[in-house]
Amino acid sequence: MTVNKFNLPDVGEGLTEAEIVSWNVKPGDSVAINDILCEIETAKSLVELPSPFAGTVTELLVPVGVTVDVGTPIISVSDAVSGDPTPADVPAPMYGNLPAGTEPAPGGERSDGGAAAGGLAAGPLVGSGPKADAVRRRPRRTRPAIPADPVHGDPEVEPAQPRSAAAALSTGADDRLVSTGSASEGVPAGPAGAEKPTFGGTISGIVNRVLAKPPVRKIARDLGIDLADVVATGARGEVTREDLVSYQAQRDAEVDKADTFWGKSGRPQDQRIERIPVKGVRKATAKAMVESAFSAPHVSIFVDVDASRTMEFVKRLKASRDFEGIKVSPLLILAKAVIWAAARNPSVNATWVDSTDGDTAEIHVKHFMNLGIAAATPRGLMVPNIKNAQDLSLKELALALNDLATTARAGKTQPAQMQGGTLTVTNIGALGIDTGTPIINPGEVAIVAFGTIKQKPWVLDGEVIPRWITTLGGSFDHRVVDGDLSARFMADVAAILEEPALLLD
Amino acid sequence: MGATHLPATEFDGTGADDQLEAEAEAVLGKPAARMVQLLGPDGTLGGDPVFSKYAERLDAEKLRGFYADMAAIRRFDQEATALQRQGQLALWVPLTGQEAAQIGSGRASQPQDYIFPTYREHGVALTRNVDLAELLRQFRGVSNGGWNPKDTNFHLYTLVLAAQTPHAVGYAMGIQRDQKLAAANAAPDQPQEPKAAVMVYFGDGASSEGDVHESMVFASSYNAPVVFFCQNNHWAISVPSTVQTRVPLADRAKGYGFPGIRVDGNDVIAVHAVTEWALERAREGKGPVLIEAFTYRVGAHTTADDPTKYRGSDEEAQWRAKDPLERLEKYLRSGGLADEAFFAKVRADGDDLAAYVRRTTHDLETPDIRSAFANTYAEAHPLVAEELAWFEEYSAGFADEADGAAN
Repeated sequence: MTVNKFNLPDVGEGLTEAEIVSWNVKPGDSVAINDILCEIETAKSLVELPSPFAGTVTELLVPVGVTVDVGTPIISVSDAVSGDPTPADVPAPMYGNLPAGTEPAPGGERSDGGAAAGGLAAGPLVGSGPKADAVRRRPRRTRPAIPADPVHGDPEVEPAQPRSAAAALSTGADDRLVSTGSASEGVPAGPAGAEKPTFGGTISGIVNRVLAKPPVRKIARDLGIDLADVVATGARGEVTREDLVSYQAQRDAEVDKADTFWGKSGRPQDQRIERIPVKGVRKATAKAMVESAFSAPHVSIFVDVDASRTMEFVKRLKASRDFEGIKVSPLLILAKAVIWAAARNPSVNATWVDSTDGDTAEIHVKHFMNLGIAAATPRGLMVPNIKNAQDLSLKELALALNDLATTARAGKTQPAQMQGGTLTVTNIGALGIDTGTPIINPGEVAIVAFGTIKQKPWVLDGEVIPRWITTLGGSFDHRVVDGDLSARFMADVAAILEEPALLLD
Repeated sequence: MGATHLPATEFDGTGADDQLEAEAEAVLGKPAARMVQLLGPDGTLGGDPVFSKYAERLDAEKLRGFYADMAAIRRFDQEATALQRQGQLALWVPLTGQEAAQIGSGRASQPQDYIFPTYREHGVALTRNVDLAELLRQFRGVSNGGWNPKDTNFHLYTLVLAAQTPHAVGYAMGIQRDQKLAAANAAPDQPQEPKAAVMVYFGDGASSEGDVHESMVFASSYNAPVVFFCQNNHWAISVPSTVQTRVPLADRAKGYGFPGIRVDGNDVIAVHAVTEWALERAREGKGPVLIEAFTYRVGAHTTADDPTKYRGSDEEAQWRAKDPLERLEKYLRSGGLADEAFFAKVRADGDDLAAYVRRTTHDLETPDIRSAFANTYAEAHPLVAEELAWFEEYSAGFADEADGAAN
């Protein structure tokens, strides 16, 4: 039986690292050549990796969410099962792509550790594309090793170990090269990458090693628990089975991880600060928000609304045969209300356009509604929009909203779906918030925040009675929308929520 | 049509046939308004006043061959993409969607014709009997070429956009001169060599390169036997073809004074017919033709590209509905020209090809980098020797690698 390891390839031209987004297989699964193993995200795109081997998955070497360098083994597949459909085994020297030249080989007792240190050039360059070598520095005779390299030095000499807190998952004694841990284990005082700032979501430097007995490690792995997150109560500071059980119970109850969030006060300050690189969607969001907040003078107004009739309407729609199987929520009524109100107050559905010379400007009023819905997605905040929402019936709008939400939550929103928005709704009520001052999506002049709907005392005909109350917030670009117009627009939206039947008007 | 025939040169013994050209243009009319299509997306065969008679030359066996070729190259494309994702190739340039344009045109060429490809003509390579495993050598980075063009009359891939078009026109002008010389020296009863033409491939993006313009000017001025085969796959990486041109690309030929034809690039029968016509015409000394195969790159530009960042899935879906393989399969099945056993065999052959390519790719050896020094000049050169010595010293400087080999 041979165990083959698949090294993370350079799937683009000159990429140096990628994040494992999801695994499609688990240990014990049998795979055929070109079966999809996992999805990775590179600086360029999301890519599915097909299996180069046929056999049985023995181990996933990198957990989901961890970014590793090109050339790092990510999965091992044993060919114990199902003949040998692999036409040619990948030559052993491929493991040499580990940048072992700058670091002690992770877990020195590994059988292929020797290959990592030498004999790199003996075989053909395979396994990881050309860039894997470019990342690596071989030791020079004149400078036998590079211990002098500062720990926080050139990122190119970083080891290929996964940069994540999950590094604590295993110990050096665990020679199965489980994910990551042995790397930091083997270098207690050396130029350990474990001290580097990481993005993995846990504070760097805290979780160098977690003690636990092998059966406990297995349970943790089976349950998908990162031992570093568990409070250890064992006599020697180790995580016990009881700790795991209690942690799991906690997690089940969706209690957040406040216990492990705070860094111990004895620690140096810089180890208690988590550094999260700003990139991708977060970076784009930040840029857009700064642009909007500092170029468009915002004016925000709020109104409390009795949405009881909206709640009744939603309830009736849910029960109706026409809307069977379609998710209906108050957001649907709000969306419809916004479209209706925009038609009566067209200036809110517009763009401020500066001319190229900067002296003059135009207001472009849109005679169509591409209704943006701010959505929290796995990849960050996105504002996809429903094109020509003005033409949609209530049912079509409901379908479009569901479709948009499903796509966004799956992280599959296309760039085109986020372009050309004319007015945005942000549903902060979904998170239990009453209201807020939203920032206008760049290129638009109005945004409506939909607060939570809950029962509150309300005065009706001189009597205090419980009603379903919500707060609408709106921000407007004062260059385009004056106070009276924004007030009329918000009042119109509120009117529909108070009496959805007005939509029949 | 006087403008079509440019001033004669000392080499111009062929005599342009203005009349035939005028006829062709009369038939073709405005290429903007029409696109030659014989086999529609629904798999029914239509007619064309000029090209139907070329399509009639195709018997059932040839059509099955087209299908087998297209299926084979698509399967090869998938396997090569997977090999890249597995780290076995540095890069791959997928062709899926363009099978008909490539197989149809490649199969219309004769062995004596000479083909200049870009870097995406895997389907044409197949029709020229290039070993597909050899083709992967360049993409694995173990060769600067991969095959011997003299064996197949299929030139090496050109990675610099449009750089192959002036080469092709020069080659065609060379053929012209060789033929003139042979005709002058030939004994009366000596059998003639088969006449040859050149076909050069490029894309909608490369059509904006100055090289293409210069090539077309030369081809027209010298009436060179060359067919410009432009695969308009609608995307030059992320730039849509609408940015490259405001008129159909085929219309540009008029400006140079030779015919331009837009053909449905997903219709293998029409592509074959039009290319056969153009190559015959070129071999007969009637000058160049521009063929614009209207097709679509269904996949990414290369494995390093993510098309979802610049185009919508609805557009891809529209083109998938015009799939070249599906429409030929419909036609073959509905006409009783192929049975289930045929399609099963095509699938099995595809898997065999994939396995062969996978096996041979793993076995490709990395050449010693010293061969690059050895092959720079035919004879020893002091500068190269100096550089080799530097390299040897550099490679010997690594602590753990006594042999200091390449990479």
